[in-house]
Amino acid sequence: MATNVASIEIDKQRVSESLRNALANMESAGQELVLDFSSVNRIDAGALSALAELAGAAEGKGVTVALSGVGMELYRVLKLTRLAPRFSYVD
Amino acid sequence: MAGNQIPTLTEERIAYLEGLVGRAKAAAALFTQYSQDEVDRIAKAMAIAGMEQARQLATLAFEETRIGVLEDKALKNMVATEFVYNYVKDKRTVGAIREFPERGLVEVAEPIGVVFSITPITNPTATVLFKCIMAVKTRNAFIFGPHPMAWRCSRAAIDLMYETALKHGAPEGVFTCLESPTLEDNSYLMRHKDVALIDATGGRGAVKAAYSSGKPALGVGPGNTPVYLEKTADIDMAVVDIITSKTFDNGTICASEQTVVIDDEIFDRVLKRFADLGAHVCNRKEGELLGRAVVDPETGYARAMAVGQKASNIARMIGIPVQPDTKLLIAEIHGVGREHPLSVEKLFPVLAVYRAKSVDEALRVCVDVNHFGGLGHTSVVFSRNEEVIRKFGEAINTGRIIVNSPGSIGAIGGVYNDMVPTLSFGCGTGGGNSTTDNVNVYHYLNIKRMARRMQAPMWFRVPNQIYFNRNAVEVLRQFPSRSTLIVTNQVLQQIGYVETVRRQLPPEAVVHVLTIPDAEPELAVVMRGLDTLNVCRADQIIALGGGSVIDAAKILKLKYESPQADFDELGAPFLDIRKRIAQYPPPGNGNHTRLIAIPTTSGTGSEVTPFAVLLDKERGRKVTLADYSLSPDVAIVDPQFVMSMPKGLTADTGIDALTHALEAGVSVYSSAYTDANAMQAIRLVFRYLAIAYENGRDEEARTMMHNASCLAALAFSNASVGVNHALAHALGARFGVAHGRANALLLPHVIAYNASVPSKFMPSPHQRAYTAHKKYAVVADLLGLGGDTVEQKVNNLVTATEQLLDRVEMPRSIAALGISKEDFERAVPDMVKVAFDDPSWRPTNPRLPLMSEMTDLYRRAYAGRGAAQTAAASD
Repeated sequence: MATNVASIEIDKQRVSESLRNALANMESAGQELVLDFSSVNRIDAGALSALAELAGAAEGKGVTVALSGVGMELYRVLKLTRLAPRFSYVD
Repeated sequence: MAGNQIPTLTEERIAYLEGLVGRAKAAAALFTQYSQDEVDRIAKAMAIAGMEQARQLATLAFEETRIGVLEDKALKNMVATEFVYNYVKDKRTVGAIREFPERGLVEVAEPIGVVFSITPITNPTATVLFKCIMAVKTRNAFIFGPHPMAWRCSRAAIDLMYETALKHGAPEGVFTCLESPTLEDNSYLMRHKDVALIDATGGRGAVKAAYSSGKPALGVGPGNTPVYLEKTADIDMAVVDIITSKTFDNGTICASEQTVVIDDEIFDRVLKRFADLGAHVCNRKEGELLGRAVVDPETGYARAMAVGQKASNIARMIGIPVQPDTKLLIAEIHGVGREHPLSVEKLFPVLAVYRAKSVDEALRVCVDVNHFGGLGHTSVVFSRNEEVIRKFGEAINTGRIIVNSPGSIGAIGGVYNDMVPTLSFGCGTGGGNSTTDNVNVYHYLNIKRMARRMQAPMWFRVPNQIYFNRNAVEVLRQFPSRSTLIVTNQVLQQIGYVETVRRQLPPEAVVHVLTIPDAEPELAVVMRGLDTLNVCRADQIIALGGGSVIDAAKILKLKYESPQADFDELGAPFLDIRKRIAQYPPPGNGNHTRLIAIPTTSGTGSEVTPFAVLLDKERGRKVTLADYSLSPDVAIVDPQFVMSMPKGLTADTGIDALTHALEAGVSVYSSAYTDANAMQAIRLVFRYLAIAYENGRDEEARTMMHNASCLAALAFSNASVGVNHALAHALGARFGVAHGRANALLLPHVIAYNASVPSKFMPSPHQRAYTAHKKYAVVADLLGLGGDTVEQKVNNLVTATEQLLDRVEMPRSIAALGISKEDFERAVPDMVKVAFDDPSWRPTNPRLPLMSEMTDLYRRAYAGRGAAQTAAASD
C-alpha cells in the first residue's frame, strides 16, 4: 500500500483546498493518506466540514485516510460529530 | 433520521430541520474545545449587548405581542442580562468546576450538546437573553423555537446574542432559530436523536410536550401563586409589594400573585389600602362578571385575550366602570376550584382575595390554590409571626416561598432576596418538572464526579491499662473503691481465686461476690446480677473468670450505667462499626463503675475486647454486642490464675487465641498496629502452647500463652476475625462442639482457602491488593518454617498448624467427633446460613465467602486433612 503524508495547517481559508489537493494526489483505491494533526490544537466549523467532505471523497475513491497526532480535544469533536469512525488513527 | 416521522412535515421541511440540528451539533462539538476564559469573555460581551439593547428589544416585544408593559419588559431584559451575568460570571462551568479535596471529589463539567429551547410569548426577549448566556457559559448549542406570536422579537434577541457571540469567537451555529415554527416542528425536534435536552419555558402544552417526548427535559410552566397576608404583616409594605408585582409587565410573570388570602381582622383595611393606591375593588356583581369574562368556563383557564393587558382595558372590555389609571382589579372569592373562576392563574392584573377567619382557614385556602394549578411554582407570605411563616412554608408545596416581598420579582431572584436569578422556574414533580430550582447554569451541564479512592481513618482502641505477668493482680491496691462487686463462678470461688483477689483490694472496699453459671451469660442471669449491683452500688466491678464471666460483667456494667440500653436494638447486625444503625447509649443515670477484667483462661481475650455475647433463652437466640464502650477499663493478665487450667481447656483456648491472631492478621481491617500484636501472638502460641499443654506447671509457657491470648485479642478487637469464627460458631451451636475445637477443625482449611485466589474479593479501601497469602507467608517466615515461594510458605504454615493441632490432641475431623455423615450433611445447609449471617466475617475476611464455599469448607473439615493442597495465590 502506498502512503502519502500531508502536513497541513487547518484553518478556515486553506483547509478545504489543502485537503482537496492531498486527495487529488491519491489516484487509486487501496492507497492511504496520512494527515498530520500534531500541531493542530483546535478546529473550526470550516475545517470540520472540510474533514467531512474529505472523508466522503476518500470513501468514494477507496482511499483510507489516517489522522496522526490527534489530540483528545479534537478527537472528542470528531466523536461528537460522528466523524471519528471515518478515519483511522496513528500515533 | 431521527425518531418518529411526523406525517404533516414535508420532505423539504424535514431537510430544513435536519440542517438546523446538524449545524447545532457541529457547533456543540466545536464548543467543547473552548476554555473557561473564552466562554466567560463571550458571555460578558453578550450581557453588555443585551443591556445596551434592552429597551429596543422590549419595544419590539411589546409592539409584536401587545402584551405587558414596555418599560417593565426593558427592566426584565436588564435583569436577564446584568443580574444573570453577575450571578454566573464567576461560576466555573468548564473542566473541573468544584473540588472537595477533603472528600477526594472533583466535579467536572460536561456540556449537554444540542438543546432545543421553547420560549414564551409573555417574556419573549428576556427569556432568550437569559438562555443565550446560559448556553455560552455551558458550551451548549441552542435551537430556539419561539412562540409564533413573539417570533420576530425573539428572533431579534437571538440574532443580537448570536452576532455578539460570533464576534467574540463562539462557534458558528451556536444559536439557531426556527423559521415559522409550528407544533409539528417542535414535535420533530423534541424527538430528534441529536437533540440532547428539551428546555421548554411556556404554556401547559409546550411543557407537557417536552416531558412527553421521552427526552431529558426542563419544562417549566404555569403556576397559581397563593398569598397569605396575615394580620401581623406590615400592611402598607404588603399592598405596595403585591401591586408592584402583580402589575409588573401587566402580570405576565407566572410567579405573580393570583389569590390573596387575608385575615378577617385586617381584610377591610387591606382592601381600602389597595383602593387608595389605585386598585379597583369589585363589588359582588362586578366580581362575577369579571370571572365569567376572563376565565373560559369550557377550559377553566384564563382567556388569552386578557393576558398582559392593562387593568383599565380589561375593565373597559367587560363593562366595569373604573378610573383610567386603575392599576389592578380585585374581586373577592369564597372558595377555590372550577366553580370559583377567579381562583385560577391570571397572567394579567386581576387579583382574587379571600377573607379568612383563622390562620388554619387561611392556610387551608392557600393550599387549595396551590393544588389548583400551582403545585411546585411560587407562593408568598406576608407576616411578622415566624411561627405562621414556618407553618406556611411547611404547608405549601412550591419551589419558591417568598417571604414579605413581591412574588414575581422575588421569584426571579437576586433583587429582593439571594435566590439564583432566573427567567425559568423549576416547579418540581408537582408541576411535572424535574427540579424546583431557579434554573441556571448547573441545569445545563452534565456534572461528572471524579471520586478518588479514600482511605477511611482507622483506629486502634484498647483498654488504657493492661497489667501482666505473675502477681500483676497486686495492682488492684491502686484502685480506690468503697464497694466492689466480684463477678465470678462457683469453681473459681472454691479454688480460692476470689480470695486471692479480695486480698488485693483496698481495706475500705466493701466486697460483694456474684457467682454466675460457667456458661454464656443468660439475660435472666444478667438481670439478676443487675439487682445485686443496684443494691451494692459498686464503684468497681471485677470480672474474674473466662470469657463468659467477663462478658456478663461487661453487660452488667452497660445496663447499670445505661438502663435504657435495648439489647434488641444493640444486637442488630451491622457491616461497618462506624456506620452501624444502632448506637450505644451514653451513660444515662449518673452511675459509673470501673470494670477490671482478670481472665482465668488464655484464649478469648475478653479482658480487652469490645465484644460480649448474651444468651436470651426465653426467645431462643444469642445477641452479640460489639462496641468499644464494652471494653474493660483495666485488664490484669496474671498467669497465676491459669496455672491450674485443665489440658483440654488449655488446648481449646490456646487454639482459639491462635485463630484470633491468624484471622486478625489477614483481615482487611488489619493494620501495622494490629499486625504487631497478631504476629507476636502467633509466634508465642506456636512456641508455648504445646509446652503449656504438656506441662501445665510450666510457668513460662503459661505466662507466654496468657500474653499471647491478650495480644491476639488486642489485634482482633480492632481488625476483627473472619470466616473461621463464623463457621465455628455455627458448628459449635449445632453439634455442641467447644469453641476452640470448632475453630481447630476448620483452621487449616480456612488458611488454605484464604490463601488461594478469591472467587469474590472483599471490597476494601483499606488494602491496595489481595495480601492474605503474602501475610500467611510472613507468618511462615516469622515461625522459621522455610519455603522459597509464597505457595510453599503457605503450605508450610498449614502443615505446621496441623502439627500443632496434633500435638495438643485436637480432633482432626468433624467425623472424628462421632458425628455421622448423614447427620452432618443434614445440618450443613442450616449451618451455612447461620455462618453466613454471623457478623464475624463481615466485612473483614479477606475473601468474601460464598455459601457454596462455606459448604465446601465444612465438608473439608468433616473429612479432615488435605486442605494444604489448595494452591496459594501467586506472589
